[in-house]
Amino acid sequence: MTQTHETLSAEHRTEDTATLFGFWMYLMSDFILFAALFAVYAVFRSNTFGGPIGSDIFKPTFVLTETIILLSSSFVCGISILAARAGSVHATILSLIATIALGASFVGLEYSEFARLISQGSGPSRSGFLSAYFTLVGSHGLHVTLGLFWALALIIAIARYKLTRSNMRKLVLFNIFWHFLDIIWVFIFSIVYLLGII
Amino acid sequence: MNAPTAIFGLLSFSALPQNPIAWGGAIIVFLGLAITLAVPTYFYAWRHIWKEWLTSLDPKRIGVMYIAVAAVMLIRGGTDALLLRIQQATSVGSSTGILSATHFQEIFSAHGSIMIFFVAMGLMFGLINLVVPLLIGSRDVAFPFLNSVSFWLFVAGAALINSSLLLGDFSTAGWLSYPPLSELAYSPTSGVDYWIWSLQIAGFGSLLSGINFFVTIVKMRAKGMTMMRMPMFVWTVLGAMSLVIAAFPILTVTLALLSLDRTLGMHFFTAGGGGNMMMYVNLIWAWGHPEVYILILPAFGVFSEVVPVFSKKKLVGYVSMVLSIWAIVFLSFLVWLHHFFTMGSWADVNAFFGIMTAVIAVPTGVKIFNWLFTMYRGSIRFESPMLWFMGFVILFTIGGVAGIVLAEPPADYQLHNSLFLVAHFHTMIVSGVLFGYFAGFTYWFPKIFGFKLDESWGLRAFWAWLVGFVLAFVPLYILGFLGATRRLDHYDPSLGWQPLFVVAGIGAVFIGIGFLCQIIQIAVSIRDRHKNRDLTGDPWDGRTLEWTMRSPAPSYNFAMLPIVHARDQLWAQKESGIVPTKLYEDIVMPKNTGAGIFIAGFAFFLGFGIIWHMWWLAIVGLTGMFATILARSFTEETTYTITAKEVAREEHKAL
Repeated sequence: MTQTHETLSAEHRTEDTATLFGFWMYLMSDFILFAALFAVYAVFRSNTFGGPIGSDIFKPTFVLTETIILLSSSFVCGISILAARAGSVHATILSLIATIALGASFVGLEYSEFARLISQGSGPSRSGFLSAYFTLVGSHGLHVTLGLFWALALIIAIARYKLTRSNMRKLVLFNIFWHFLDIIWVFIFSIVYLLGII
Repeated sequence: MNAPTAIFGLLSFSALPQNPIAWGGAIIVFLGLAITLAVPTYFYAWRHIWKEWLTSLDPKRIGVMYIAVAAVMLIRGGTDALLLRIQQATSVGSSTGILSATHFQEIFSAHGSIMIFFVAMGLMFGLINLVVPLLIGSRDVAFPFLNSVSFWLFVAGAALINSSLLLGDFSTAGWLSYPPLSELAYSPTSGVDYWIWSLQIAGFGSLLSGINFFVTIVKMRAKGMTMMRMPMFVWTVLGAMSLVIAAFPILTVTLALLSLDRTLGMHFFTAGGGGNMMMYVNLIWAWGHPEVYILILPAFGVFSEVVPVFSKKKLVGYVSMVLSIWAIVFLSFLVWLHHFFTMGSWADVNAFFGIMTAVIAVPTGVKIFNWLFTMYRGSIRFESPMLWFMGFVILFTIGGVAGIVLAEPPADYQLHNSLFLVAHFHTMIVSGVLFGYFAGFTYWFPKIFGFKLDESWGLRAFWAWLVGFVLAFVPLYILGFLGATRRLDHYDPSLGWQPLFVVAGIGAVFIGIGFLCQIIQIAVSIRDRHKNRDLTGDPWDGRTLEWTMRSPAPSYNFAMLPIVHARDQLWAQKESGIVPTKLYEDIVMPKNTGAGIFIAGFAFFLGFGIIWHMWWLAIVGLTGMFATILARSFTEETTYTITAKEVAREEHKAL
């Protein structure tokens, strides 16, 4: 009996490490996806076709606010892991709710910025530069939006099945994903906005 | 174009085929579909097919289904090739042949896209699914459910590309859809959108498969199988899957950007508006060149398994083989510009990529010599897998040398876009990739089905393919030197090209006969299965783990997980005479699920909705996909257990 138990847990362990490793591989491929988008953006930066250039449309304080909100969502997201390790279902769910609230504000701000640009006639079909800008930043925003739904599903799963092994695994994966989006955003902040404003 | 409606988008009756040959295509697809649905209905087999095959998470069954779909797509792509050959053999001077110029363009675009994405990729993933777990001593892949999703996304892509025969038209912009021709201004119909979305959906499946098999090989090997004890096929798959993970995201981005141009009016690759079409060409080849190595590496792997077994010697130069694989993986990302030397780069840039292209021939040469040295002084059996290798090694070397010619930028300026190039890459893809997968299919067939393929029909197939290949493509090398460009639907008789085009057409017929022989071979083998049954589980006197178990391999692969002590584990066992004692244990296996089919079905709706601007359908597709994923993630009981007793009963029954 004990032997079966041991083999089972060994199998679970392989499953956990394989899932974690596989998720990292997926993130690496996502990195390459963003790398391609960054390369496109770099090539298209000056293809403004008579339209606005970066410094005409980017607002530093607005972007800084977005950045601070996204980074704090990552911070509270990190807390969810600590809470889960401490075994508190409530604290885990609470920190995930905070993550969603902050993440949703970020998406909302980004949406309002896009809406402002489009209403000014600086939409994605205005120039090659704006196509590349909207696509790069929008792809990140889309990832964040997907992450929000994932967090929601995670909350439901944790509320229903508590902190099971499979939920713990999903929570770790979600955390990695969320921090990954931070890293991408830091690149967007520096390459798109900071270089655009200079 | 018609004004879009809310329900049908851009779809209307004018999307139906407009000429007899197009109607012929539509009717064949329709009949094919009808027969596929009618036969199981007639035999009341749907329940069995659904439970045992369509929903299966067993990689061996998924592999068989991959190969079946690829074979159907080979018929489609091969028919396209025959039409192209007939057109080029007959459309001279006052005769305009059987196809209009537009239809000819649609057909060559479809031929290329289908052969690469749905035949070569399908055969590759099919073979990988069949044998990688067996070769590494594993019961399954790392993510069995994801594997099923990948396969069904591949099917959804194939279904989408064939829908263009019934509704709308196909792209006329070639297999890689260069802009600005592929932009809305010059290709206003749904053709390019079909191309984009069938590739996008199938390509995403390939990316998931890439991750899955990479993790499977890294994490799920049997105890004792160190990296340097892995069979060479596994090494090549690991190399190819790393390329998939690194290259396919670039394809995803490229297709997405082209689609954004076409559907949302953006300016990535348009002629005006600040677009840059050379960016497309760079991006698509940054994926496209690694892609050809994704296809060829596993074929190299098959030969590295076949040659030692049929020469009764161990593979020469194992370490150099491994190093050459990784050299190819690395270099394949440094050669993409050789596809467009004529774009007018700086001379030093062309020189760099020319040299890199020549350098990548070195690791390939290392492999060729290793196989030849393995044969040297071996006791060689000339059975069909070995014959495919012999055909490959001669033709591939010729094609490789042609590649070195093309790698020199000054020569390439002359040969760019000529039939010489077409002949070169067909040599690499047909005699390299296809011959490799045919060899692998013949070699591993008994392990999956429990009986060998009929040898005499195999020999007929091989010779028909070989003769057909030489007849079809040697004339193209010559025509290329004479100045014939690719994608010609008409030429002047005074050029004197017609005889060569006729010979090429005869070659295509021979290849068709070869394929027919393979179909007959499978039918005959099924009829004679009792005569050709593989009772030992080791029909070729093999060297690796898959031949240690009975044939056909049980769903759980290994009744007892093997412990590996040597590179050619089975051969070492045969030499030492030590057989592991039988001690069975409980086996946990994943339950079958239809979720993959639903996800891919919704992906089809998503693609179809975007192609025809039926936005409600696209939203249904997208929502459906996520809902299915969500429902699946809440399924807790995803495995079942086969008890040690049941395993023992199964194993004894087989004896």
